[in-house]
Amino acid sequence: MTMIDSGTQATPAEIKQSVAELEDEAITIIREVAAECRNPVLLFSGGKDSAVLLHLAAKAFRPGSLPFPVMHVDTGHNFDEVIVYRDILVEQYGVKLIVASVQESIDSGRAVEETGPRPSRNRLQSVTLLDAIAEHKFDAAFGGGRRDEDKARAKERILSFRDHFGQWEPRAQRPEPWNMLNAKIRPGEHLRAFPLSNWTELDIWRYIGIENVALPSIYFSHRRTVVERNGMLLSVGGPVVLEAGEMPFEEIVRYRTVGDASCTGAVRSMASNVDEVLVEVAAARITERGATRADDNFSDSAMEDRKREGYF
Amino acid sequence: MVLRIATAGSVDDGKSTLIGRLLHDTKTVFEDQLSAVEKASTRYGDGSLNLALLTDGLRAEREQGITIDVAYRYFATPKRTFVVADTPGHAQYTRNMVTGASASDVAIVLVDARNGLTEQTRRHLFVASLLGVKLVILAVNKMDLVDFDEATYHRIVAEATAHADALPAPVVLNPLPISALLGDNVVDASTNMPWFKGLPLLDLLETIEVPGDHNVGARLAVQWVIRPYSTEHHDYRGFAGRLTGGSLAIGDLIRVLPGGQQSTVIGIDRGGVPQDTAQPGEAISIQLADDIDIGRGDVLVAAVASESPIVTDRIIADISWMVDKPLETGSRWIIKHQTRTAKAFVSAIELRHDVATATRSPAESLGLNDLGRVHLNVSVPLVIDNYDRHRPGGAAVLIDEATGMTCAALMIRDSE
Ligand SMILES: Nc1nc2c(ncn2[C@@H]2O[C@H](COP(=O)(O)OP(=O)(O)O)[C@@H](O)[C@H]2O)c(=O)[nH]1
Ligand SMILES: [Mg+2]
Repeated sequence: MTMIDSGTQATPAEIKQSVAELEDEAITIIREVAAECRNPVLLFSGGKDSAVLLHLAAKAFRPGSLPFPVMHVDTGHNFDEVIVYRDILVEQYGVKLIVASVQESIDSGRAVEETGPRPSRNRLQSVTLLDAIAEHKFDAAFGGGRRDEDKARAKERILSFRDHFGQWEPRAQRPEPWNMLNAKIRPGEHLRAFPLSNWTELDIWRYIGIENVALPSIYFSHRRTVVERNGMLLSVGGPVVLEAGEMPFEEIVRYRTVGDASCTGAVRSMASNVDEVLVEVAAARITERGATRADDNFSDSAMEDRKREGYF
Repeated sequence: MVLRIATAGSVDDGKSTLIGRLLHDTKTVFEDQLSAVEKASTRYGDGSLNLALLTDGLRAEREQGITIDVAYRYFATPKRTFVVADTPGHAQYTRNMVTGASASDVAIVLVDARNGLTEQTRRHLFVASLLGVKLVILAVNKMDLVDFDEATYHRIVAEATAHADALPAPVVLNPLPISALLGDNVVDASTNMPWFKGLPLLDLLETIEVPGDHNVGARLAVQWVIRPYSTEHHDYRGFAGRLTGGSLAIGDLIRVLPGGQQSTVIGIDRGGVPQDTAQPGEAISIQLADDIDIGRGDVLVAAVASESPIVTDRIIADISWMVDKPLETGSRWIIKHQTRTAKAFVSAIELRHDVATATRSPAESLGLNDLGRVHLNVSVPLVIDNYDRHRPGGAAVLIDEATGMTCAALMIRDSE
């Protein structure tokens, strides 16, 4: 939502101040949910939003340690760099990591692999996520979702209620006057908490720059063998299988989002550090999901449909 | 700094179209979003670009052509950054309007120039007054459908001003004539209404000054106590929360309420980084010189505050009732005030606000979307402020113990 930012005459001091205000809000939300909920968990994908979320959560309780574990819903369709990064980070922050595996959900018959030529595991994550929430009896899950990502997310509460089936019902959301969070739930229900609700993609990158938040290397430009599919550059190798007539080629790219490797596209980019990424983000004319998520472009309400099923 | 805006007005007065127009004309809309809206305009309409679809993002909203829930959008111009809450106009979704207005600096109240003020317009002006929204812009919309007629505009402004003046807390209106559909006076000044000498909406939003908060003295409602239990920080106890009301510095004397103990601030951390002072809005944790029993829900206040909060278990509050189940005298609820959660008993319903006429009438109960005033007995003492003097200390919600639903927004006016 911020392409005009390159034109904003905001001074570095003003930028720092506006990001600091977002940090204050996020830390307040994180503390509130930690205090009101019995057993929260922080969802960590290895993407930039969850990296910022973990950074904020650690700051919220410093010099104490993080009072809840971190959970990765592992699609099995990963970028190697992201898994390496995840494990380093967990070590650094000294947090407890739970891995919930989509492959295990498939093996046990709880989830069924999509058929067809281009199976993605993005949707299947909801099954694994909800099973893991039930198994560990989590009553709240922190996510890095932002309202500027998608028009269905724009309707989401900061503390968002999920019924027994893990479903989101956009018509029956709890009002949040003055951003006061109501964490009251009954057994079997749970909450999703979105401390980054009011952040834009640009805010995230500014914060990463100011706070020196470490990211997986694939967020910066690198050479990669890709194939072009529906206008999207997919990394060859791993879950992406070449189809008849497709010609792989080398390209200098970076990722704007990190998700299921089978449906997350790279963008052509020479941006090799945060400052260069900031220039690029400020000038972007396509949203990050539009540019990089094949699954969101299937239908106009793809995100709303997945969210109703219990997605992040 | 960031300006928070909420829309208000009857259904179909053009709220979503106006926000779409603002986003579009400030070039905030990304190409893929615009082409998605173009596609949806064909699917759900006659094919002409429907900018309301930029915020009406749920499938049901698009099918029915209405806004059901608040959508939040973000945009920036060289002068300011904006957060917009586009709220629904239907009476049945008034709670969403209350929610949108509660966290905003400016409410844009739209009126359809053909219809003039409706009950919903009056209701929303009333809500803006009750919630203490600092600035209200009255946008007389669809001027294209009344031939951009100056007299029509002035008649509506006069009617709205008379109503706004009669409200319990009068609201100052900043009026302007617009066409959200065509863009007149939204980003660019209208060539169709040369008689209007004021600023177009965006210029107004970019330059309007938001009155500052009252300085009542520092307040910190404790959210969480940080106890590291490590050898390095063995004796560390940090009382974490968001500072409101005034600034705080190391060496300041504070009082713990409701307990009443006093101590001195010996450390302030923000995100784990030590600093000497803190400003309102900052999420901090503070350390005290004395070992006092302090927990979540307690409030630390500056000992020499310009205004002291009241410690009481009997409160009088204006209320916006948000669920089907009625509020009755003698009923019990959960109350959440700052970081304290307690039980509340409705000892009396003082009155119902008649929003259309801005008068008050006696009431036995309050129903969905009613606004009224209630007296509550709370199971523990709360540390309250008058809502108009210090919002965080005067705002509260009621929760239904059985369903967990948030049922009411409370604006605390006094103790009993
Ligand atoms: N002619 C005209 N139509 C408008 C104007 N603004 C909105 N509309 C139309 O009024 C209808 C309702 O608009 P919408 O933005 O959904 O209203 P909301 O319910 O207040 O959000 C739509 O058909 C719009 O195209 C305007 O300035 N002029
Ligand atoms: Mg609307």
